[in-house]
Amino acid sequence: MRKTSELIQADLPKVKSHQHNIDAENHEDLSTSRLNGHDLTLGYEQRIVSQGLDVNIPDGSFTVIIGPNACGKSTLLRALSRLLKPVAGQVILDGKPIHRLPAKEVAKRLGLLPQSSIAPEGITVADLVARGRYPHQKLLSQWSAADEQAVLEALQATKTGPLSHRLVDELSGGQRQRVWVAMVLAQQTPLLLLDEPTTYLDIAHQIEIMELCRQLNRGNGHTVVAVLHDLNHACRYASHLIAMKDGNVVAAGAPREIVTEELIHEVFGLHSQIIEDPVSRTPLVIPLGESGSWD
Amino acid sequence: MSIEPSIKYQAQRVNFGPSQIILASPKGRFSIRMQRRSVVAGVVIAAVGMVLALWSLAMGEISFTAAELLNTIFGNGTAASERVVLSWRLPRVVMALALGAALGASGAIFQSLTRNPLGSPDIIGFNTGAYTGALAVIFLAGGGYFQIAAGALAGGLITAALVYLLAYRRGSQGFRLIIVGIAFSALLASFNSWLIIRSELEEAMSAAVWGAGSLNAIGWEQAKPALLAAIVFFIAAAMIAPRMHMLELGDDAANALGIRVERSRLLLMVVGVGLTALATAAAGPISFIALAAPQVARRITRSAGVQLGSSAILGAVFLLLSDVIAQRIVPDTSLPVGVVTVSVGGAYLIWLLLREAKRN
Repeated sequence: MRKTSELIQADLPKVKSHQHNIDAENHEDLSTSRLNGHDLTLGYEQRIVSQGLDVNIPDGSFTVIIGPNACGKSTLLRALSRLLKPVAGQVILDGKPIHRLPAKEVAKRLGLLPQSSIAPEGITVADLVARGRYPHQKLLSQWSAADEQAVLEALQATKTGPLSHRLVDELSGGQRQRVWVAMVLAQQTPLLLLDEPTTYLDIAHQIEIMELCRQLNRGNGHTVVAVLHDLNHACRYASHLIAMKDGNVVAAGAPREIVTEELIHEVFGLHSQIIEDPVSRTPLVIPLGESGSWD
Repeated sequence: MSIEPSIKYQAQRVNFGPSQIILASPKGRFSIRMQRRSVVAGVVIAAVGMVLALWSLAMGEISFTAAELLNTIFGNGTAASERVVLSWRLPRVVMALALGAALGASGAIFQSLTRNPLGSPDIIGFNTGAYTGALAVIFLAGGGYFQIAAGALAGGLITAALVYLLAYRRGSQGFRLIIVGIAFSALLASFNSWLIIRSELEEAMSAAVWGAGSLNAIGWEQAKPALLAAIVFFIAAAMIAPRMHMLELGDDAANALGIRVERSRLLLMVVGVGLTALATAAAGPISFIALAAPQVARRITRSAGVQLGSSAILGAVFLLLSDVIAQRIVPDTSLPVGVVTVSVGGAYLIWLLLREAKRN
């Protein structure tokens, strides 16, 4: 297993392009958005989770959706990825209602890493990643040069190339998660949606996945949308933050602009103190007890 | 100059672990990737089946030499050899292969759908329902071969449809299908017993013969419709195989990859039930081929999950082998092939359960 420090080392060439990163942030145009939701009512059978929800995913952003448990953030992600049909309202992808587009067409533009996926028994890493090519394959054309190239690139981007011949069952949790990300990358979609990609991982592997997401966003130009539980990861890595509570968007914008002690209290009912992260210069949320102080 | 491109070519290959065979037409309109081991195993098993088929065509109460057999097959035989080999033995051998392949493929579909090595069309009550249908025809209409086949078909399909509908809640899930299927099977099984207990001895005998599963009564007249249906369902199965492998990743992942999950699952079930239905209608319920072939094939090919092709090839050879044994194990009698598959399958099931128990 690679150590996080090594991963960051491996990304060192990127440090030189810190300037470029800031450029990328500037290029992120809030007015253009290939994926957005209008006046969404979301729910399962009788239970309505969200009503009148409007949401914009800025192109080129690393958007992170945060909020307390059961606030409807995963539900929103499911709606944005066509997994859940809105009760009312519409999710628009490239100007068209996503539920009217052919399933394979959507899968060529938008990739999703669900909360739980199942690796068939005895499957190798490369074989699993290759399944991400399905939307690009036809009945008679099941393995083209483009498929091979896309799988190679996905393995490379996630640093899972050396694992490609191994059985998925034998991998550690962190490795396995990178393999699933590779499978979604093999889909070669401009939009990447990830539902709680760091849950169940230890801190080093969480950072590894977050760094990978950042790399995909900044280096490879993907628009990345992730649901996260860890506020500080969200503040640190997101370029665009969507804070949800009770199915509604409470605030949306750059973490530095919207994350305040008031917002954290409103969304999570948690007293906190916010300082600047000395490394990333982003808001760092220090939770306090119920009394609002430590003593 | 000549080395460089090949090195480049090497470097561009994905390391899949087990070696792969990639076939592609020059313009890339046709391409396919297969595991070398699966291809080799498939060819070897098919060759074994071929030899077994030729042997069982030649051997029996009247035996032929290899030369006589080949002459007969290529149209230069005597009237007697043509009658024995082409009219009597060939339809039975062809049907054993076709129905075995159908059962193997059907088992693979249901094991993939339920992600369970014990998955088979039986779990959604198909065979018990087919038996009910066959019994109804035998008791109510006396029943010739085609009437019983039709009754079994109707009984099995209605049962499968009912189980699917009863298990459906916001999409069909493997586990719920299994539970509802078991309940329904138990219900129908006791109904079947009640029907048999109430019947005349003669009717009960013919019900028991059908219920054992046999290829004894098969000639070309019986084989033709089943073979036609088999071709249609095999083509359908080949077309939906890619979707089957996507569904194995879980509903959400499959959906995100462009699969319409519920429609694909229904389609898979229709093809899976159809493949079993044609076998059951033609020869009665033949157990364990659907259960064993996909798992044994998976272990031979070391593939990821169950595969349609290898399961079908192995199922074909299994059923032919079982029928060869059934015809010869007791002198002067031809046992129903279902008796052999049940015996061999029972041993397999015990082994599978022991293995699973050891693993947990």
